[in-house]
Amino acid sequence: MGINVDLTVVWAFIIAFAVFMYVVMDGFDLGIGILFPSFKVGDERDQAMNSIAPVWDGNETWLVLGGGGLFAAFPLAYGVVLTATYPLIIAMLLGLVFRGVAFEFRWRDPRHRALWDIAFSLGSFIAAFAQGVTLGAILQGVQVENQAYAGGWLDWLTPFSLLTGAGVVIGYALLGAAWLIWKVEGSAEAHARRLALWAGAGTLVAMAAVSAATPFLQFEYWKRWFDMPGVLATAQVPLLTGIVAFLFFRKLRGGATAAPFLLALALFALGFAGLGISLFPYIVPDSITIWDAAAPERSQIFMLVGTAIIMPVILAYTGWAYWVFRGKVGTHGYH
Amino acid sequence: MFDGLDALLLARIQFGFTVSFHFIFPAFSIGLASYLMVLEGLWLKTGRDIYLDLFRYWVKIFAIAFAMGVVSGIVMSYQFGTNWSVFSTKAGPVIGPLMAYEVLTAFFLEAGFLGVMLFGMSKVGKGLHFAATCMVALGTFISAFWILSVNSWMQTPTGFEMSPDGRFLPGESWLAIIFNPSFPYRLIHTVIAAYLTTAFVVGAVGAWHLLCDRANLHARKMFSMAMWMAAIVAPIQIFAGDMHGLNTLEHQPAKVMAMEGHYESHPDGAPLILFGIPNSAEKRIDYAVEVPKTSSLILKHDLNAPLAGLDTIPDDREPPVPVIFWSFRVMVGIGFAMLGLGLWSLVARMRKRLYDWSWLHRAAVLMGPSGFVAVIAGWITTEVGRQPYTVYGHMLTAQSASPLAAPAVAASLIAFVIVYFAVFGAGAWYILHLMHKPAGPHESEPEHVPVRTAGITPAPAIATGAE
Ligand code: HDD
Ligand code: HEM
Ligand code: HEM
Repeated sequence: MGINVDLTVVWAFIIAFAVFMYVVMDGFDLGIGILFPSFKVGDERDQAMNSIAPVWDGNETWLVLGGGGLFAAFPLAYGVVLTATYPLIIAMLLGLVFRGVAFEFRWRDPRHRALWDIAFSLGSFIAAFAQGVTLGAILQGVQVENQAYAGGWLDWLTPFSLLTGAGVVIGYALLGAAWLIWKVEGSAEAHARRLALWAGAGTLVAMAAVSAATPFLQFEYWKRWFDMPGVLATAQVPLLTGIVAFLFFRKLRGGATAAPFLLALALFALGFAGLGISLFPYIVPDSITIWDAAAPERSQIFMLVGTAIIMPVILAYTGWAYWVFRGKVGTHGYH
Repeated sequence: MFDGLDALLLARIQFGFTVSFHFIFPAFSIGLASYLMVLEGLWLKTGRDIYLDLFRYWVKIFAIAFAMGVVSGIVMSYQFGTNWSVFSTKAGPVIGPLMAYEVLTAFFLEAGFLGVMLFGMSKVGKGLHFAATCMVALGTFISAFWILSVNSWMQTPTGFEMSPDGRFLPGESWLAIIFNPSFPYRLIHTVIAAYLTTAFVVGAVGAWHLLCDRANLHARKMFSMAMWMAAIVAPIQIFAGDMHGLNTLEHQPAKVMAMEGHYESHPDGAPLILFGIPNSAEKRIDYAVEVPKTSSLILKHDLNAPLAGLDTIPDDREPPVPVIFWSFRVMVGIGFAMLGLGLWSLVARMRKRLYDWSWLHRAAVLMGPSGFVAVIAGWITTEVGRQPYTVYGHMLTAQSASPLAAPAVAASLIAFVIVYFAVFGAGAWYILHLMHKPAGPHESEPEHVPVRTAGITPAPAIATGAE
């Protein structure tokens, strides 16, 4: 075709897509977990649980694809990042263990339901927080020597990474609240609407704080965002964020059911685009670019063939599964 | 309590612990998914409610086992990076794509259709629901296919090139990597192992309820189906295991020497050591009970064929013999015990005593967990036998680990142990609780079905299930 497609860039976009899918899909599951204690025991909690029970496993699979895809397409980055953030990854995994089994266990064991509900929210919170701190840890850079991580096992712990951790928790809470507005009824819906208001405001504050701090981490970031003429393009991101945020609050107050969730997704997409601007083409800022980390072409091509064929099929049947469980969850059926 | 253990050993313990725990669930869910598919298929074909009842009984157990398989599996897919980052960086170009294919072709399939399988009976109609069940079963098989291909490549690596900086790069053909020499044997042996494991669990549950009530039709059905599996599949498994061993002899001779306990070479016919105590310091088997020349007969089909022993392998390239020697005997012993139970059930069937021979039922209850033990023992044989390599013959385990501080690995290991025992212990307890209740007519759907559009619903069978 004459055009020289850079497979490494293609793969960077595929991984980014998988991570984004994970963030929004498991984001609302985890968000519901984070908000769970604020729902009333009984009907409200059961509805919230039911709204994600059939889909959480599929949502979480995107995390496996993000990790597995990174392993396959950028093995060096997979090794370095996971070693650098070791305690965070372990915490996230253990959080997900609690969260995942709670779906089944709370129904099996009514006497200890309160306990599994705590496991559910605590697990969700830890997983979300660990993911956020990991993001911060990557943004602030890790020490690499001879193609391997060369820092200590607590290097990731800084005020900045704690800030991104809090940001992700609040952002997931927003997604969770917005999802519930769409899926549940009655007092649970009203409660979710109130929560969405707070979480929406909190998310904007967190996005602003992280954006304000990021450019100061390393010189690179600063140049990317504020040099002419690039600033003309990058300035669109905050601008659009403002517009989306405005629409979100309007729809939320207007009583719309689906719109708040979709707008919250748009908000996440913008935040994600912002991260992309900050990082590309680095995976580990300042030390490993996507080309340094890339698997050889044969590996990339082999996977690309499969991904191109299978990904649309996956999206189709995932869509079908969501369609089967469309509409409000309802309060009956599980007694 | 981990004083004096280095980060490498801790990482090995952690990997072995998490993967063994993980594999317990797939061993059960691969078999159970297929069993559920068969039950639902029989229901659709015959219209007999007993199959639907059994389907609903086991699907509740499946839901719990599957959830535990998923969460412990997600841990595994990150363990490569956290604990074996050097291995991941070097071997990633070859095995990474296979694992990515596993996610794309298997995990999404399982996860996408699981929701419909568990909660969707009343929403999508019988035909589509059955299709969803089939997809979940197919997904578990595809998952086994890819991960065992990866594992087999680490045992018998083929189809790669080494780069100057010591990375494994894919060669001309991916087929040479995927279908490496030990893969077909390992796939067959492991999938059959999963079927057997499930059959013995189902058989034990059936037998338990027959001991309480011989007339229970549901228990009879379960027991009979499971005993057919035992009688037919156990011999196949022994044959498959034998073939697997011959393949291993060809590609990983040191592993077979360790399994057999052959410290020394035997130029004219090696004995089969049945039992004994491996003594690695003195390099001999103490108190050995052996049958002369039989090992040569099994492995070479010739009584007098020479067999090399571990004395031909440099000491620092030997796998640890005692572990392998014992784990192998545990697995093989259980394999023959399974065969024995299968034969006994055939005798009982001929004498028309299948449902009232209490000793048979007691034995079946006792053998219920045996599949899990055999499966773990088999994996220990395989994995420890690969030592001291991660990629057999090319990359040492000692060169594979992440540059981590021992306290970090020790802390996470402790966390895994505590969490796994607590969480999976609770899960096992719930499963046993469900098994303790007999299956009966009008078995309920899983309780938390978010039923709403009651379109094609069969009579809503509620109320009975909620405990
Ligand atoms: C022979 C079969 C087999 C073996 C050897 C393994 N697994 Fe497994 N795995 C399965 C068979 C399976 C399965 C039957 O497909 C599971 C069990 C429950 C489930 O959800 O799928 C599964 C689940 C499962 C999941 C969750 C998938 C999801 O989100 O649905 C992950 C990430 C892994 N596994 C990863 C691994 C890794 C990294 C392994 C090796 C170290 C491994 N598995 C060994
Ligand atoms: C590509 C996949 C795999 C990798 C990279 C891998 C790697 C390893 C490594 C590095 C160890 C530590 C070995 C040692 O030091 O003794 C180990 C041990 C072990 N692995 Fe695997 N393994 C893989 C797949 C599996 C699978 C699929 C299973 C089955 C469930 C399994 C079961 C075990 C067991 C039981 C041990 C404990 C043995 C021991 O600690 O020595 N492994 N594996
Ligand atoms: C008497 C019969 C059996 C024989 C001769 C046999 C033989 C073997 C051999 C030689 C291996 C190691 C292969 C290698 O690593 O190179 C193995 C592994 C294994 N065995 Fe068996 N086996 C028998 C019965 C069983 C039974 C009854 C089960 C479970 C129900 C089982 C489950 C496994 C598993 C899960 C593995 C590890 C995966 C693999 O390498 O295939 N085996 N078996």
